[in-house]
Amino acid sequence: MSDTFILDGEEIPFEPGQTLIEAAKAAGKYIPHLCWHPDFVAHGSCKLCTVKVNGRFVSGCTAQAAPGQNVENRTPELDDKRRTLLQLLFVEGNHFCPSCEKSGNCALQATAYELGMLTPHFDHFYPDRPVDASHTDVLLDFNRCIMCELCVRASRDVDGKNVFALSGRGIDSHLIVNSASGRLGDTDFAASDRAAKVCPVGVILKKRVGFAKPIGARDYDARPISQHVKESR
Amino acid sequence: MIDTALATVLDRHRRDGTRLMQILRETQEALGWLSPDTLGDIASAIGWPRVRVESTAGFYSFFHTRPLGQYRVLFSDNITDRMLGSHELMQALCKKLWLEPGRVSEDGLVSVDTTSCTGLCDQGPAALVNYRAISQLTPERIAAMADLIRGKVPLAEWPTEWFHIEDNIRRRDALLDHGLAPGEALTAALARGPQGLLDEIKLSGLRGRGGAGFSTGLKWQSCRDAPGKEHYVVCNADEGEPGTFKDRVLLTTCADLVFEGMTLAGFAVGARKGLLYLRGEYRYLLEPLEAVLARRRQAGLLGNPIAAHGFDIEIHLGAGAYICGEESALIESLEGRPGKPRIRPPFPVTHGYLDQPTTVNNVETLASACLIARHGGAWFKAIGTEKSAGTKLLSVSGDVARPGIYEYPFGVSIAQVLADAGAAGVQAVQISGAAGNCLADDEFDRRIAYEDVPTAGSFMVFDHCRDMFEVASNFVHFFAHESCGFCTPCRVGTAVNRRLMDKLSAGHGSPYDINEMYKMHRLMQGASHCGLGNSSTTALFDMLNKFKPAFERRLHSLEYEPGFDLDSALSQARQMTGRDDAGAHLREDE
Repeated sequence: MSDTFILDGEEIPFEPGQTLIEAAKAAGKYIPHLCWHPDFVAHGSCKLCTVKVNGRFVSGCTAQAAPGQNVENRTPELDDKRRTLLQLLFVEGNHFCPSCEKSGNCALQATAYELGMLTPHFDHFYPDRPVDASHTDVLLDFNRCIMCELCVRASRDVDGKNVFALSGRGIDSHLIVNSASGRLGDTDFAASDRAAKVCPVGVILKKRVGFAKPIGARDYDARPISQHVKESR
Repeated sequence: MIDTALATVLDRHRRDGTRLMQILRETQEALGWLSPDTLGDIASAIGWPRVRVESTAGFYSFFHTRPLGQYRVLFSDNITDRMLGSHELMQALCKKLWLEPGRVSEDGLVSVDTTSCTGLCDQGPAALVNYRAISQLTPERIAAMADLIRGKVPLAEWPTEWFHIEDNIRRRDALLDHGLAPGEALTAALARGPQGLLDEIKLSGLRGRGGAGFSTGLKWQSCRDAPGKEHYVVCNADEGEPGTFKDRVLLTTCADLVFEGMTLAGFAVGARKGLLYLRGEYRYLLEPLEAVLARRRQAGLLGNPIAAHGFDIEIHLGAGAYICGEESALIESLEGRPGKPRIRPPFPVTHGYLDQPTTVNNVETLASACLIARHGGAWFKAIGTEKSAGTKLLSVSGDVARPGIYEYPFGVSIAQVLADAGAAGVQAVQISGAAGNCLADDEFDRRIAYEDVPTAGSFMVFDHCRDMFEVASNFVHFFAHESCGFCTPCRVGTAVNRRLMDKLSAGHGSPYDINEMYKMHRLMQGASHCGLGNSSTTALFDMLNKFKPAFERRLHSLEYEPGFDLDSALSQARQMTGRDDAGAHLREDE
């Protein structure tokens, strides 16, 4: 028999070494997240998975589950903070869902719907982030980058290529690629790389398949993102 | 073909990627900047993907990946420098050099900009010229500096007195009056044995002087007990908290004590190697500190297998990143990466430098450990208060007659410090730097101690003539500049706060904006990844609560005020049509 903790009043079993988000997912419970992905080492930067454990804020993707913890997740207080975090991510970059090829498949957009984010609230930053179309098969649209580093982890840990990294500091943080020219076309990146498929938003896009599946018939159009967790159980 | 200067640097560091910070700094010192080709050469030499080298080079303020001139003048932008006229001096220098701040001159000769507090608040306004500290700037010095730059006079030939840094020790107590000869504490520690030393440290009640106040004895014990191939001692001399400069003075006047404290820590935890992480702003201390290390090696106090249990020390320089004061970010930096705090746990005491057990201690903590090794834990515990044993060095600056270093036993009142420093008509004291609390005049009977007013040592004084809004704005800008950018709340939140303060500053703010700042405070405190994010609004929150009129004075009305200025929005149209008559302007009431 495994140990349990309490998540929003429900008992959740966990295996030793599991994080809160892993145990929650295994039980079909959705803890909002953007930079976490079950296949990669936890990063803990987006802070969407912030939960309260025994009254203290922690990241659900890095905090280990322990017996008897009382974990608050989908409370008005925490969802309110998450909405603000989403708004910060939206205004930090240049996100224009109606014209984005990722619309309907975008975790940022889907999480915003899930949490009922109705406006960006803050003034937009309108950063200047030129796109990189130098690669034959893949387009990079940095305007939508949320600094989750999933591509960094996938390229480094799965593809063994180190195509991506973040550089700069603070609000000037930005994604860079592994070539002297700074262009993706001059790296050994391939459309078959795991890193090509991991972007939760619309930065890394495969060329020549844009809008192949119409908006309205995409992953999160049919069911909210929280339902996907239940189904992937 | 690798440049010979670069090859020398690479060889000196054995082409070891974990030494990337030192490689980048020394290369830049030799070549002036870090070109794409240079970064590529470094990457191949150390066997790292170039993207990782660029990631580190792009993170630190003091590394340039584009040419920034033969002379780079950086004015310290702490509020205390501003109060001494640094902003006007920077404008004056720019005017003399026909330059805009932040831009490189057309001929590529010089650039002028600001930098975060350089730790010379007691002798400001201060600046770094090619990362060498200059204090006590005056209009005369600025005029002379412009001439020297225009005449392309090498920095080595500039007036030596400009580079003279005062110690300004105003009050000494147990630590500054230690009276210990080099090796005296070490000999006492060796006689006690590692566990005996640890027991004394625990008995003494010594707590971390960096502000957090964790028990040093417990930290050393956990590090000692943690399994690992090697154990490490790291001295945190990344004294970046605005307004603090006591570690600079300790490293100038008591370097032996600091190094001996590291040697004691090494003895206690079972480490053979110590690393001192010196902030880039204190680059000028590197050679003198290396000389002290050499002397100690000569005397058998370092490296010696018996007298120093084989322990030796190496100095690493930072490159302009406040966040590296956070211990896990500091370790990342020591390993050649951007200074982004790690996920904790695991803590450095079990998984630190090179993933090995590491104790990271403040300069003052390590120096204090020497007193305990020599005089015993009970002796030390008798100084200070019940929960705060020993003394504390305060870096006093701002509106006082005698700025400088004041050492007191813990428990001293704010009012006592103010009286000793010659402060009058004090409105507020900012404790422990931009990340600390702001105390108003009804709180000056409170005491410096972990149980009342804990502090890393910064003590900035503001009299009644000062505009607390300007103080708050300075801190908000500081955090936006220094956020590492790892987590969403701090990366974007500090930038949002900067925009809000600028909006108020420009006279377009409304009470709504002030509420927004409270909202950011509530978000960042708790949701942020590390202490920087969690504490980045502490001072702002205090000032909003205690000095609200300073903020409200900036508002046109306490009712709604649009953030959008319609008339200024027409300025482009005016420029294009060449009009500036009354008809091209909107009247106030329209």
